[in-house]
Amino acid sequence: MTKLTPILSAHWDEKDSFTIEAYKRHGGYTASTKALAMDPDAIIQIIKDSGLRGRGGAGFPTGMKWGFIPQGDNKDHYLVVNADESEPGTCKDTPLLMANPHVLIEGCIIACHAIRAKHAFIYIRGEVTHVVRRVNQAIEDAYKAGLLGNGIDVVLHIGAGAYICGEETALLDSLEGFRGQPRLRPPFPAIAGLYARPTVVNNVESIASVPAIIANGAEWYQGMGTEKSKGATLYSLSGHVNNPGQFEAPLGITLREILELSGGVRTGHTLKFWTPGGSSTPIFTSEHLDVPLDYEGVSAAGSMLGTKALQIFDETTCVVRAVLRWTEFYKHESCGKCTPCREGTWWLVQLLRDLEAGKGTEADLAKLLDLCDNIMGRSFCALGDGATSPITSSIKYFRDEYIAHITNGGCPFDPVASTLFAGAGA
Amino acid sequence: MAFSNEDLAIMATIIKRYPRPRSAIMPLLHFVQSRDGYVTNEGIELIAQQLDLAAAEVTAVSTFYTQYKPTPVGEYHVGVCTNTLCAVMGGDEIMDALKNHLGIENNGVTTDGKVSLEHIECNAACDYAPVVMANWEFYDNQTVQSAKDLVDSMRTGNPKPPTRGPNSLVTWKQASAVLAGLNDGKANEGVQAGAPTLLGLKIAKGETK
Ligand SMILES: Cc1cc2nc3c(=O)[nH]c(=O)nc-3n(C[C@H](O)[C@H](O)[C@H](O)COP(=O)(O)O)c2cc1C
Ligand code: SF4
Ligand code: FES
Repeated sequence: MTKLTPILSAHWDEKDSFTIEAYKRHGGYTASTKALAMDPDAIIQIIKDSGLRGRGGAGFPTGMKWGFIPQGDNKDHYLVVNADESEPGTCKDTPLLMANPHVLIEGCIIACHAIRAKHAFIYIRGEVTHVVRRVNQAIEDAYKAGLLGNGIDVVLHIGAGAYICGEETALLDSLEGFRGQPRLRPPFPAIAGLYARPTVVNNVESIASVPAIIANGAEWYQGMGTEKSKGATLYSLSGHVNNPGQFEAPLGITLREILELSGGVRTGHTLKFWTPGGSSTPIFTSEHLDVPLDYEGVSAAGSMLGTKALQIFDETTCVVRAVLRWTEFYKHESCGKCTPCREGTWWLVQLLRDLEAGKGTEADLAKLLDLCDNIMGRSFCALGDGATSPITSSIKYFRDEYIAHITNGGCPFDPVASTLFAGAGA
Repeated sequence: MAFSNEDLAIMATIIKRYPRPRSAIMPLLHFVQSRDGYVTNEGIELIAQQLDLAAAEVTAVSTFYTQYKPTPVGEYHVGVCTNTLCAVMGGDEIMDALKNHLGIENNGVTTDGKVSLEHIECNAACDYAPVVMANWEFYDNQTVQSAKDLVDSMRTGNPKPPTRGPNSLVTWKQASAVLAGLNDGKANEGVQAGAPTLLGLKIAKGETK
């Protein structure tokens, strides 16, 4: 059985874990002191050797991304931390920042030194007031302690409710003061990012993983995980389970193991479907309980590791209702820049609403797949592709349930049975 | 509301955070909401003037983002997560119950101006589903009854505190100032984490039954 490995989460159980005192008590800011005395390229090499891959969804090797920043170009470089966390199911960066914002700031100092940047921006979604307070206070305290302001500055930027701003180029437009819409790539941010300057965009968890790697070495980190997916990461378990929560474990742990450790699917019920990495990753079923949750394992099984957001739905859940709701989300969040996504998600919603209400036909099901085909790979950014994932994967595994809505003339499920308070007289 | 000289000074410090002034547009919009409660025409004009932009350019940005409100919201703005996971776990029932209980629709405001209601998307708290936000503070693991009690406590002027947030719920305007990046001194209040956040750690330490 894979063991849990609390690293980022190691001290979250201390009441003052978010303060600079608590962070320093556990060796905080010693890794940045060490790193600032090192050659920047040596830091990039350690991160490359550690095998750390981006935790924002795509799994791109972090050290390699840093290595793309041109050197000696006499331009300003920027680090931008993506704390927009809005992918449905994803809930790891938010508790991390609430419990320990300083690990991110220390990571920013190290990353800035490595990529020769003087400025880091932390872009936090706007719907988390208390997280904003914690990070803002942490930045202030780091300045007071002289950890920031001596050549490296960190600026907090707060979003205003737009999922698309998590997409890195939309985020940059938003940070520059425009509507958050994706940019054409190339040029990639490493060449022309924020203010058209070389920029690294990394997820919160990616940057927060850096101090421990510098402190303990690349070998320590790559000693955890699987062949191509090194290290440990936060898995977020939610939905129809007895005990939802955050689980920090080596990459490659399985859902079966996490469920066994945590107390399983809610008592008296069975697993029906789940997402391995948020709503944009194709759903899995109980067939996939033993898929290693690393980048390769999940891909080989037909989905993506994504943000490791394990959303669990039991047999009381109507898959058509779930998929419609996700699709409404994508329609709402489509930035409108390209036609396949803007128009396509609108049509997907219309068709799914009819199907859920029992007014659809088998021809509609075919039309749904046809539409997905026209969105997938033809959209300007990955939001459009992601919007098709729940639909195509659910039709693959639960076609009969869609048909049952048609023959039944409506939804055969009782929505109350799926609620947390079912049977509690709510 | 007319903006005071003190407000203008705060706006100037917000602009100075960035290498390029235009980047300040989002915090300035949050700031306008902290003074006026929503994005007023006057606020738009002022931001445009400060950043040397056309008012239409500021409006274009403001209307792109759902947190900038074109009309007043309540002193306590309640968001019910009805993205799939929360919806299935009871968010839909909570949203319906609150609409009935308050006698308003989605995006409505009670006549006393105390409470407004909005259905929101996933708020990065799925391990605490079903989730309700008020002025973007967390109210975790809600039920129909607890959500009704919450809005009742708002209407009587003594709102229940967030489950993961400061010791008491601040107003919409005060929260908007925090989102403009102003420190209200409450960062150290409240828990560092809720039980689900700590579950994996507790299991690893052998602290669960
Ligand atoms: C629609 C969309 C939303 C995204 N949202 C986020 C997000 O909230 N946080 C995040 O870190 N990455 C998000 N990403 C991925 C980013 O574009 C980018 O890959 C990531 O921030 C890179 O960081 P990493 O290499 O450290 O993973 C999103 C991508 C898309 C297409
Ligand atoms: S795919 Fe959707 S979100 Fe992405 S650019 Fe096109 S319209 Fe915008
Ligand atoms: S689905 Fe409601 S917080 Fe994630």
